[in-house]
Order: sequence, then structure tokens, then C-alpha cells
Amino acid sequence: MIESGYNYAYLDEQTKRMIRRAILKAVAVPGYQVPFAGREMPLPYGWGTGGIQVTAAIVGRSDTLKVIDQGADDTTNAVSIRRFFSRVADVQTTTRTAEATIIQTRHRVPETPLAEGQIIVFQVPIPEPLRFLEPRETETRTLHALSEYGVMQVSLYESVAAHGRIAKTYSYPVVVNGRYLMSPSPIPKFDNPKLDRNPALQLYGAGREKRIYAVPPYTPVKSIDFEDHPFEVETWDQCCALCGSRESFLDEMIVDDSGTRQFLCSDTDYCAERRS
Amino acid sequence: MIETPLLQARGITKRFGPRVACRDVGFDLWPGEVLGVVGESGSGKTTLLQCLAGKLPLDGGEVHYDSKAFGTIDLASLSEARRRLLARTEWGFVSQDSREGLRMNVSAGGNIGERLMAVGERHYGNLRSVADDWLQRVEIDSDRLDDRPTSFSGGMRQRLQIARNLVTHPRLVFMDEPTGGLDVSVQARVLDLLRSLVDELHLSAVLVTHDLGVARLLTHRLMVMQGGSVIESGLTDQVLDDPQHPYTQTLVASILPV
Repeated sequence: MIESGYNYAYLDEQTKRMIRRAILKAVAVPGYQVPFAGREMPLPYGWGTGGIQVTAAIVGRSDTLKVIDQGADDTTNAVSIRRFFSRVADVQTTTRTAEATIIQTRHRVPETPLAEGQIIVFQVPIPEPLRFLEPRETETRTLHALSEYGVMQVSLYESVAAHGRIAKTYSYPVVVNGRYLMSPSPIPKFDNPKLDRNPALQLYGAGREKRIYAVPPYTPVKSIDFEDHPFEVETWDQCCALCGSRESFLDEMIVDDSGTRQFLCSDTDYCAERRS
Repeated sequence: MIETPLLQARGITKRFGPRVACRDVGFDLWPGEVLGVVGESGSGKTTLLQCLAGKLPLDGGEVHYDSKAFGTIDLASLSEARRRLLARTEWGFVSQDSREGLRMNVSAGGNIGERLMAVGERHYGNLRSVADDWLQRVEIDSDRLDDRPTSFSGGMRQRLQIARNLVTHPRLVFMDEPTGGLDVSVQARVLDLLRSLVDELHLSAVLVTHDLGVARLLTHRLMVMQGGSVIESGLTDQVLDDPQHPYTQTLVASILPV
């Protein structure tokens, strides 16, 4: 049952058309940040205003929505956004990755491989991968336009010089389709390989910065690195304490006051399915 | 072998509103030649340099550059992409203020490696050894490789800036008062270094300075500017030993004898 007083999926139809136009352009130019007229949403910036607008623009009654936050379906952010869309868009919700048609996510890509026809919507805090290296927007746009990404490589050089390896672990910059440098949003670099030639459509929405970008299905996505310091993902000596998985991304949890630690899957749905 | 000039400037004019910063400046710069531009503050030296390097659009005149990659090209009609490519492969630009020319929050090695990475070098070990090599060539200790320029003295910053620019073996270097603001003994070291590098690498350079001593030491030919115009030009020794224009005469006479 839809909440009365709101248009379907909260945003008015003109706004949704505007966002869809931005999405189409983003899909046409993979990795390019398309500006859009971001609206105020009923949640604070940083909680997923970009992702929620993208989802609102593409959701329909026949969709099944999954929302995760750091891999978990049961955290405040995920629960709130899921309930928001079931109220304003009358949409089925699920926690099962395989059943969802739209997955809105903050900081993770599900462990269960995505399939054709699925759309994954990322919430992005800072869409510009060069922002911390070059504060001027006019300059970063020029760098993108001319494909001048030497400065990003300089930041990796600094990391290797200081730590002996590329120490960046999340929001690890990627080059999409051999052209645009893109921030994959703050997902752990563990998830970067999943972006490469993924059969699902990836949409990225940044609400505060008012940018949308996309990676179409089966598009090559390469994490930048050095020839002698190649890109590597995180590994753990432990397995998940609940499901015993050695393949998934593990969170380290402190479980009592004496500092006992456990490693658990960050993807709650994946963990639960392995145990059922 | 018939050589063509590396850089040909004709009738360069640049205005800032009603003020004319450069008026009808022209010269040829030949490969291996160092051209000095001297004059008092506000005479248009730096503006001229920025026009030549394509950092400022011209109001009149043209600059032709004999590029290795693209042949002889008119800089005004060059696209931004190509200009920037030239700027990081065939050109260097050493500014007076090292903060402009360096990334202050990046280590010395990163500063030297930046141009190499920008043209596609992706091997950390190679970058590191090249950076180390260049650091030694500009007489900075290898153990400063991972230090940031903020911890360097003024003279070291200038030398680091020179290394950062020369690492891609440019053919043409623009230098804007490379020794301005340094104390005299440090100046001497930087000048010594520049002179040997210019010889060794067969560099061509346009050097802007207000210091006639620097000009005497480094440059082959000299242009004297006043109020945006070139009032005298010729071989450096000839201009300094036998100045013709009254202003040049004052300039040369104003050097304090030690």
C-alpha cells in the first residue's frame, strides 16, 4: 500500500525523468560523472541521498529491492531505506541477493555473483577520485577530459614509498573501459574485481556532490597499480566464525568486554544462506 | 645539416586591459642556445615567458615551435591536450616560487616521478631509481628521496624543481628567475648546476632574470626589456660590455662593484 500524499517513489515525475536522462548519459559514457539536479531527500547527506534518488528514478512496482549497508541487511541505514521504498513505491523487498532486481548498497558489493538484469546502485560520498589530490573542480574536469591521470599514480607512488606497498584499502581508484578514472565508492578493494565485466548494471549516485555515473554490464574495470606492485585484494588467516567461509570479506568483531575477537562475513545474506 | 630554430616568436603582444605587458617582441631560439631576458620589475619579462609557454593567450603575434613529435607548430592553434602533452614531454618550466613548480605535499621522489608517470611509466622500481639518479645529479642526498619539499631549503627546492623538469629530457626549458630569492652562495651552486646540465643535455632555454650576473654566466644571447618592449638585444657579452641603449647602460652601470 502506497503512502498517500506522495507521488509514486517519492520524487515527482519530472525529477525522475531528469535523473533518468542523467543515468542514460552516464551509461553511454562509462565512468564519466554526469551532473544532475540533486533534490533534498528526507534523510541527511551522507546517508545515501544519491543512491536513494537513483533508486527512486528506476524502481517500478514489479521490482524487488534489496538494501545493504556495509554488507548487512539489518543495519539502521539499510532498514530505513528499505522501509522507505516499501512505503512510497509499493515495492517488494528482500534480503536475498539472487532474488533482487535492484540492490542499493553502501560500501559493499554482495558476495553472491550478480546476474544479467540486476541493477546495483551505489551510494557515493565523494565521486571525484582526484579530489584529495586536486581541490579545483575546473582542474579535475580538465584532467578527466584530457585523460591525465599521472597525479593519481603519484599518490600510489607515495603510498609504496611510505609503506612498501599500496596501502589504500577502500575507494581504490579504477579505470573504466580504458578511459575514465572512477571512484568505485568506498567499497573495500576486495570488491574491485567484482566490478570488472560484471553482468549487472552498476549505477553510482552522489547526492551532496550531485553526480551520477555508471558502469554498463560487461564493461572492463581495471584497478590501477604498478607493474612491480600489482593490485591485490585483502586476505585473512581466519575463516568466518559462523559459516566457515574463506572466500568472503570478513569483519573483525569484538564480542565481549575482555576483547575476544571473531571474524564474521560482512555480507549477512551470504553468511545466512551458507548456514541454512 | 641545416637546423631550424627551435622556437620562433614574432610580434608577441599581450595586454592586460589598457596596460601593455609585451609589445611586438620577436626572436629566434636555436637548439642548444640559452636566451636571457633581463629588465626591471614590471618590464614584461615573466608575461613574455608565460606567453611563450602557452600559459597565457596572446593578443597579437605568433609563436612557432619545432616539435619532435608534431613538427613545426603554431602554439596559438595548438589544442589544450597537445599543449599539455608538450609541456610535460618536450618542455620544462622552472618557476621562481618553488611552491608553484613543486607538489609540496608529495615526496621528492614523487615530484621527480610525476612526469614519468604522466607519460605512462608504471614500474615503481624504475621510477625510484630514476628519481634517485636525478636527485644525485642535482646534488641532493639520496636519503632525502622520501622527504617532502617542505623540509627542504630554498636552494634544494629549486634544484628539485630542476630535476623534476629535466627528468623527461625536455628540449626547451623556460626558467623564471630560477635563482631569485636564494642567497648568493646557494645561487652560485644552482647556477653551476644549471650551466653543466644545459651543456650536458644540449638544452635550449629561455631564462628570465633581473640579475645581470646570472645572465652573464648562463646565457648566450640577451634581450633587454623595458616597459614591455625589447630595447636592445645581441650576444650577452656584447650587450653587457658595450651597451647601446641608455637604459641598458644604466642597468649595467648599476651593478655594485665588489
